[in-house]
Amino acid sequence: MARYDRAITVFSPDGHLFQVEYALEAVRKGNAAVGVRGTDIVVLGVEKKSAAKLQDSRSVKKIVSLDDHVALVCAGLKADARVLVNKARIECQSYRLTVEDPVTVEYITRYIAGLQQKYTQSGGVRPFGLSTLIVGFDPHLGVPALYQTDPSGAFSAWKANATGRNSNSMREFLEKNYKETSGQETVKLAIRALLEVVESGGKNIEVAVMTKDQGLRQLEEAEIDAIVAEIEAEKAAAEAAKKAPPKDS
Amino acid sequence: MECVFGLVGDGFVIVASDTSAVNSILVHKTNEDKIMKLDSHKFVAASGESGDRVQFTEYIQKNVALYQFRNGIPLTTAAAANFTRGELATALRKNPYMVNILLAGHDKETGPSLYYIDYIATLHKVDKGAFGYGSFFCLSLMDRHYHSGMSVEEAIELVDKCITEIQSRLVVAPPNFVIKIVDRDGAREYAWRESVKDTPIAQPEALGV
Repeated sequence: MARYDRAITVFSPDGHLFQVEYALEAVRKGNAAVGVRGTDIVVLGVEKKSAAKLQDSRSVKKIVSLDDHVALVCAGLKADARVLVNKARIECQSYRLTVEDPVTVEYITRYIAGLQQKYTQSGGVRPFGLSTLIVGFDPHLGVPALYQTDPSGAFSAWKANATGRNSNSMREFLEKNYKETSGQETVKLAIRALLEVVESGGKNIEVAVMTKDQGLRQLEEAEIDAIVAEIEAEKAAAEAAKKAPPKDS
Repeated sequence: MECVFGLVGDGFVIVASDTSAVNSILVHKTNEDKIMKLDSHKFVAASGESGDRVQFTEYIQKNVALYQFRNGIPLTTAAAANFTRGELATALRKNPYMVNILLAGHDKETGPSLYYIDYIATLHKVDKGAFGYGSFFCLSLMDRHYHSGMSVEEAIELVDKCITEIQSRLVVAPPNFVIKIVDRDGAREYAWRESVKDTPIAQPEALGV
């Protein structure tokens, strides 16, 4: 096709791919998202920008299932996300059809990252403006996994990571406070990280947990509120303990 | 010689199929499950060319799963049946699938349903249906004994009558059958009817080693 072979993403003299870097800017403007891997659970959290009054918030689900055992959240251009998620869902079923096995988290991450890279090296297209956090359980070994991809097509595995708005603050928090956790502790850590940059409250964050046996479960607003309340209580107790250290007699 | 048949009861659908995998005069195995689970509340009982049968039904199964991931809700039984028929129809004048299908499902809103889909993409919603030489016997028996709103026990009695008839009147009758049921609680295996079990491998001790 004559008009669609011109490359749009090309190198600058000092070795930058500006289109990819601009795409990363788009990611930085996207909503904050966090992912934490525990020993038996993986948690995804994302900020929910206040819904417009007339909008039906149920139609805007940010944490999506790719297969029974893999889920994804992204930061950046939501329309680009739809395309990528659709292709990934097809690939998950296609893989099952060909080899009669569910995908590993690493495989589908590699596939998504491969797609993102292809669009940085093809004629007539621009890169996808989103980074993804992909979580899931290995279908054979049952171990939890968390991966991140970005517009350049790079991907790697993480114990905990954040992307989108203020991701640096969240990542710093995670680096300071991460430890191997399981179950509810992992959920709390993810929400605590998100609360560093998001207004607190169940209606401003969306949280989903995935376990090996029960797949993906979205937390209800009430559940999130309860955990947020727990976290605030713990924070208040810690503050109080700092201000008035117990007297050793 | 393959037999697949099914009927709709009170809030459920029962499908039964023979379990022999045959190539010319050789019986490969007598426990081949030809009733594939499409999703939590649907079965596809298929008969025909074994390669086509597996390829086609697995393809339908994966597309049904994809729909659910994309849309957050499962396909209705009617939609799945129409999709299946559409795929058979598209392939018909190029690369036809020699597969006959009974698609059984239960939907919350509309209850149980059974669809007859043959290899040239005929689609009928039926209360009872059958494929294969066995159908010559099953359909007559079902015509005589079926009534709408049968209980599970009554339906199984009818299914067993059909199996007995097939095994006594069909010249190369399949020895084993599997019976599966779909109802409000999901799609699950109900029972096997086995008259021949695969012979176990002789143990070394028995050989006098």
